[in-house]
Amino acid sequence: MSNPATLVVERVFPHPQEKLWRALTESPFLAQWLMNNDFVPVIGRKFQFRSEPVQNWDGVINCEVLVVDPLKQLSYTWSSMGLDFVVLWTLTPAETGTHLRMEQSGFGPDQQQAYGGAKYGWQRFFDGLDKALDGGTR
Amino acid sequence: MKPANANHVFRALADPTRRAIFEELTRQGEQTVHALTRYAGVSQPAVSKHLTVLKRAKLVRHRRDGRETHYRAQPDALAPMVEWLRDYGAFWRDRFDRLESLLERMD
Repeated sequence: MSNPATLVVERVFPHPQEKLWRALTESPFLAQWLMNNDFVPVIGRKFQFRSEPVQNWDGVINCEVLVVDPLKQLSYTWSSMGLDFVVLWTLTPAETGTHLRMEQSGFGPDQQQAYGGAKYGWQRFFDGLDKALDGGTR
Repeated sequence: MKPANANHVFRALADPTRRAIFEELTRQGEQTVHALTRYAGVSQPAVSKHLTVLKRAKLVRHRRDGRETHYRAQPDALAPMVEWLRDYGAFWRDRFDRLESLLERMD
């Protein structure tokens, strides 16, 4: 059974992998584009992202480093308001720079199965729902 | 980001067996507890427990017909999760923009 709660955002940046890796793993850089943090790229290390609390969200994300594969892959848990996710960053060389892929998936243990797995059933589902929501009164 | 709204849906679908039951109901339409038990390959009390969790999250509805209880998926209940994914999608795209401008400034 695939994981319906998987979100993927990707983009090619016109910069070398090494530079992207630094932006993703050096705490002061990370703070400039993502959130304030006490991140250290060491497997098993617990850390937090913190931002201004907003309505319905306390602004705190508790994390634990899962994967540090220099220049290639970085992964950590992402827990906020009782919901647990895993964020996986993948960097691959592209003709014009570096392809960066962010995958955020839910439901913990079987998230690995969902990775690259068969999502079509749920995708079809969500497509239909999206249309329903868009066509609604909101 | 309003995870609180989506919380019960995520929790209900966090279990692979519950997810399988829910997907089977969306695929096959209304099913009896007996049919779902055969499909899920776990005991009937276990299936009933899973159905109770799905019911609490409003992901399924049931009706009694004699001694059989029939269950039906309520896909609209997934809406908070879809909205959550949409909100987080917007969040990450915004952060990617910020990353892009940081990379311009870095050496």
